[in-house]
Amino acid sequence: AFHSFSKSHLADIISTVEFNHSGELLATGDKGGRVVIFQQELESKNQPQCRGEYNVYSTFQSHEPEFDYLKSLEIEEKINKIRWLPQKNAAQFLLSTNDKTIKLWKISERDKRPEGYNLKEEDGRYRDPTTVTTLRVPVFQPMDLMVEASPRRVFANAHTYHINSISVNSDCETYLSADDLRINLWNLEITDRSFNIVDIKPVNMEELTEVITAAEFHPNQCNTFVYSSSKGTIRLCDMRASALCDQHSKLFEEPEDPSNRSFFSEIISSISDVKFSHSGRYMMTRDYLSVKIWDLNMESRPVETYQVHEYLRSKLCSLYENDCIFDKFECCWNGNDSVVMTGSYNNFFRMFDRGYRQDVTLEASRESSKPRSVLKPRKVCTGGKRKKDEISVDSLDFNKKILHTAWHPQDNIIAVATTNNLYIFQDKL
Amino acid sequence: MANMYSKGTKRKFYDSVDAATDNKAALYSRQRQSLLDMSLIKLQLCHMLVEPNMCRSVLIANTVRHIQEEMTHDGSWQLVTEAFGSSGPSDHLVATEVLCRSSALEQQGGGPKLYSVMGYDGCREEEVVTDEALCSVTFSGGAPSLLGTIDHCWDRAELRMAAVEDRVIKDSGSEVESGEGAKTVMGQVFGTFEIKNGAPGSDPALEELFSAVDASYYDLDTMLTSIQSTPKMGPYNLLDSMASSHGPTSNSSCRTDLSELDHIMEIIVGS
Repeated sequence: AFHSFSKSHLADIISTVEFNHSGELLATGDKGGRVVIFQQELESKNQPQCRGEYNVYSTFQSHEPEFDYLKSLEIEEKINKIRWLPQKNAAQFLLSTNDKTIKLWKISERDKRPEGYNLKEEDGRYRDPTTVTTLRVPVFQPMDLMVEASPRRVFANAHTYHINSISVNSDCETYLSADDLRINLWNLEITDRSFNIVDIKPVNMEELTEVITAAEFHPNQCNTFVYSSSKGTIRLCDMRASALCDQHSKLFEEPEDPSNRSFFSEIISSISDVKFSHSGRYMMTRDYLSVKIWDLNMESRPVETYQVHEYLRSKLCSLYENDCIFDKFECCWNGNDSVVMTGSYNNFFRMFDRGYRQDVTLEASRESSKPRSVLKPRKVCTGGKRKKDEISVDSLDFNKKILHTAWHPQDNIIAVATTNNLYIFQDKL
Repeated sequence: MANMYSKGTKRKFYDSVDAATDNKAALYSRQRQSLLDMSLIKLQLCHMLVEPNMCRSVLIANTVRHIQEEMTHDGSWQLVTEAFGSSGPSDHLVATEVLCRSSALEQQGGGPKLYSVMGYDGCREEEVVTDEALCSVTFSGGAPSLLGTIDHCWDRAELRMAAVEDRVIKDSGSEVESGEGAKTVMGQVFGTFEIKNGAPGSDPALEELFSAVDASYYDLDTMLTSIQSTPKMGPYNLLDSMASSHGPTSNSSCRTDLSELDHIMEIIVGS
């Protein structure tokens, strides 16, 4: 059972959530271009069972709104994705991106400062050199912890269209960035050059019928990556095959179910997120109504399919009318790939246990975030008599959507973002 | 039998299975039309936004194409402009299980009750955000004087277009005293989607639609060209048709808007 441990944190509209590789840090990006990093407090000796709370560690402005003069367009500062680099030294590094520009940020701690300068007073004023009679060596004195974020690289001007994904390669030297029509490969050290590895832009833009929706590097094989499309296909590419990976190595696509065909079939098949399992053997895709698990060795159909909110299938026309059908939900794996999680409407989110074949619907709300409260499973009533504590489909609030969720890499700690709040839940078994 | 008939459908004198099937087909046809209308308006709004979401635009355009293909197949495409003026306003926004072709729902005889939707408010919300974004943009240096003019004019142009779009939506979706207004407006929209005979690959209307969704879509020139020239779909066409279809007594403000837009466009194009 998931317990609420942390209070929710009020924020601007959260647009991305990501744990770092150890799980000690949790980064969020928002619509205002800000990044807020939370740090898990160390376990207290008094309560060894109780893992630490997450508190704000660093806040910085990653991107500012810009104006593209040539095209007369505003470039939003909203952070689309954050990805952490594996830690190599004391400092932490993350990549954050808006629609057009990717930045590498260094987050470092400072807890000592030099004191005892010869030519400067403690307050920084310069001393008159003629008053200096003795010399001393400055020493480091402890100070209150200060966390500094500084931009180390700016990777700009490589994307004509809007960036939807970034993914760090397992070689820790390169990363990819994907927009609607192209995918570029970067070296983390080099900002003025990138290599285009996928280009699906048709010669005639009138023939455009498909866009790239997400892309990710394989967690272990540094030559392999996947990208998903608005037509519900996933292509796996091997960078060793050729410089331009327009020819896929594998194409994953499930044949359409003829009994469910409608004018909305294509829209709901559009994949909003793709994530490799930690093992690298599977990948998960999210489309509008379901989550699918694919075995990388089988292209013809997914090995598992989980319905997130099947009761919406009869409402598709309304959801098309109010644009909710275009909402892009993300999905994530737990540390050992046994459970997957994704968001829904009414501040509900869903977990599917692959081993036990169980699923649960939980709600991120004020009530559920009271400390020590246990998250109660929720149920949507699809017709007929509504039982007590059930909520009917017509009462769902479609403005309360959970698009972004993240799972701690090892522990059962999850971060769930509603529109304005970040909820962190822990499993205290 | 009551659930076989939707609101507003005339009850036939002869009561037979054929009549029920015909009504079902007519209902489906009307619902499909409603979906097409909705999609076209969504695409129009995409055109007016400074930065349309490409995935959404592509998906909507594909939906339009599918509907168009189906309507071509069953021969109802030619009837589109004729049939348009006759349907009442309540049909336009009706969400439909029939359209979704869910067999399970057919068994249930209509499906669960649908919640009320925002309708076009959702679309309008996007426009407002864009206006705000344009107004509140911060410049990190550059040519302020030239930019100031363009931005200011573009800002006002966007606001004007938004106002016009509101009016268009209201006109097409509300009871119009003279049906000609709405009919001409939507006729204009539909007129651009005429199909050439037997050419499934080339669709001039959709080509025109996507001629703006190019990398050069983001070029000011191309965007202005697509707005200025006829018969491409855009606010100019709608303004033209509204100005011509309405009587001299109504909407003098519309004419003022037109001349103001002319003036703004002149400044932007620099003619």
